[in-house]
Amino acid sequence: MATTRILEWLGRLYIWLLLAFLYLPIIIMALMSFNVSPFYQLPFEWTTEWYAALWQNEQLISATRNSLEIAIITTIICVVLGSAASLALFRYDFRGKKFLQALLFPPIAIPWLITGTAMLIFFFGVGIGRGLFAILLGHVALALPYVIVVVSARLQTFAPELEEAARSLGANQWQVTRRVTLPWIMPGVIAGGLFAFAVSFDQFVVSYFLSTPGQTTLPVEIYAAIRKGFTPEINAVSTIIIVVSMALMLLTARFFKFGGEK
Amino acid sequence: MAGVQVSNLSRSFGAHKALDDVSIDFADGGFYALLGPSGSGKTTLLRQIAGFDFPDTGRIAIGGESVERVPVEKRRIGMVFQNYALFPNMSVADNVAFGLSVRGEVKAVIAAEVQRALDLVQLGKLGSRRPHQLSGGQRQRVALARAIVTKPRVLLLDEPLGALDKALRVDMQIELKRIQREIGITTIFVTHDQEEALTMSDRIGILREGRLVQEGPPEEIYDSPKSEFAATFLGDANILRGDTTGTGIRLPDGTAIAAGAGVSLAAGTKASCAVRPERIRIATGDGIADHNTNMLKGQVSKRIFAGNNSTYFVERDSQTIKVIVQNTGIERLAEGQEVVLSWSPESTVLIAVS
Repeated sequence: MATTRILEWLGRLYIWLLLAFLYLPIIIMALMSFNVSPFYQLPFEWTTEWYAALWQNEQLISATRNSLEIAIITTIICVVLGSAASLALFRYDFRGKKFLQALLFPPIAIPWLITGTAMLIFFFGVGIGRGLFAILLGHVALALPYVIVVVSARLQTFAPELEEAARSLGANQWQVTRRVTLPWIMPGVIAGGLFAFAVSFDQFVVSYFLSTPGQTTLPVEIYAAIRKGFTPEINAVSTIIIVVSMALMLLTARFFKFGGEK
Repeated sequence: MAGVQVSNLSRSFGAHKALDDVSIDFADGGFYALLGPSGSGKTTLLRQIAGFDFPDTGRIAIGGESVERVPVEKRRIGMVFQNYALFPNMSVADNVAFGLSVRGEVKAVIAAEVQRALDLVQLGKLGSRRPHQLSGGQRQRVALARAIVTKPRVLLLDEPLGALDKALRVDMQIELKRIQREIGITTIFVTHDQEEALTMSDRIGILREGRLVQEGPPEEIYDSPKSEFAATFLGDANILRGDTTGTGIRLPDGTAIAAGAGVSLAAGTKASCAVRPERIRIATGDGIADHNTNMLKGQVSKRIFAGNNSTYFVERDSQTIKVIVQNTGIERLAEGQEVVLSWSPESTVLIAVS
């Protein structure tokens, strides 16, 4: 009995330490974004001046806008192309299908530093060069495999007779997809879309390689700002991003139980 | 509504001949069972008629119109799948409405037709339920309602009762037959259950290894099977092998067996006789000595009592003969007892050995 108690207690301690490890830095950063002292000095004095300053920081705001735009467009492109690719891989048998599926995984494993270098060389070679468009192309290439992997996993649980039943009732390919297959894989599509958004919005290495001064994304801008000299405005913008993205995640988790519904 | 003609249909998957020159005429309004063991090609044939797969050679006509290259969505068929394949994201009513809805019917018409179809399968009040809230039998009914609501030309059923337990299966057999009669639709039913085929269908086609073995009304196939396979697959049969005498066979030990039905064969070739277990009389002593009667002596090796009848396994000349005796309360034979088996030539079918 005593040992079970101790084990139970150790288990709980482990969970709390894990959560602290995950969240403590974020919580401290969020608190400091409301502290008067820019150098993490205590005692804590409440202020919102850093948030007000943020509004004046044209560079941070424009980088945030760039990041959001690129992440949203990346998500849309990846969800459409990725879901279509997953459906094609699910429905059709063709030569080299296994090979193609195997080729989808390495890009996830290749270090971004190397992918970034390769993209920079390639984009210069074909005349695209650097800039927001190059960043967008890079993000789509990075995020697409994630969407295909997640949607394909969801399709593994789909009964092909459902498509056959729909066809036997007179539905054409598009009607079958829209009314039977898509509703089933929707949780996978949403999860894949969230992945794509995260891959793009968090992306630093590839964006850093492909951006030009003044035409950059938020992570690159934050990095540049820290190098110039740390300001609590960075804490402020980071806190806003964390709150928004956590709210987004919780909302999605609430509406879609991933992989749950049978 | 329409009949279906299948002519010289063949389909191979690699080296495997799934269908080999199959021709069947499915009459308009009839209830037809395709019976065979797994791998016999019965499901392949059904999928060809449905249009999920196209034949290598041969013709399929529905209502006289050639359809062998028409895709399933344009064939106007109704199909019930083995696992029902109900759309999990839709209510029962939306499942049934699907076929009408993709055709672009107006809402009021759809609602009325769906209600009529649900009433027909006695699920009129369950339209708002989800498939996962239904029992197996109810799902089966929804699948049937969904398949017939579009007024298809032919109804195809792929082992629809396979997933139900025995008592429910018998109920659904009766129910399915009632609905089929009520709307008079040509129905093709794939099953591996011979009892189901016998009780439900007007005609049966027996398939084996992609070929049609025999085709006809249940009584005809049961009473005059044309092959040992047909005799043993549809019902139970004792097979006796020997040399033909023209109207019967002579067993290796010299006993003559007279046959009143089946093919006529040139004397001297190998042939077999099939006898149904319930047609054989079993008696102690000398039995009934009649020149019209086939007779064999043997010894009871095993008896299985099943309430309304008993099955005796009788050993003779290294062969076991099965006899089913109705429980009349008169005679009960013990294991090890010497017995005489007798049956009439009319109960004996002569079969050519291929």
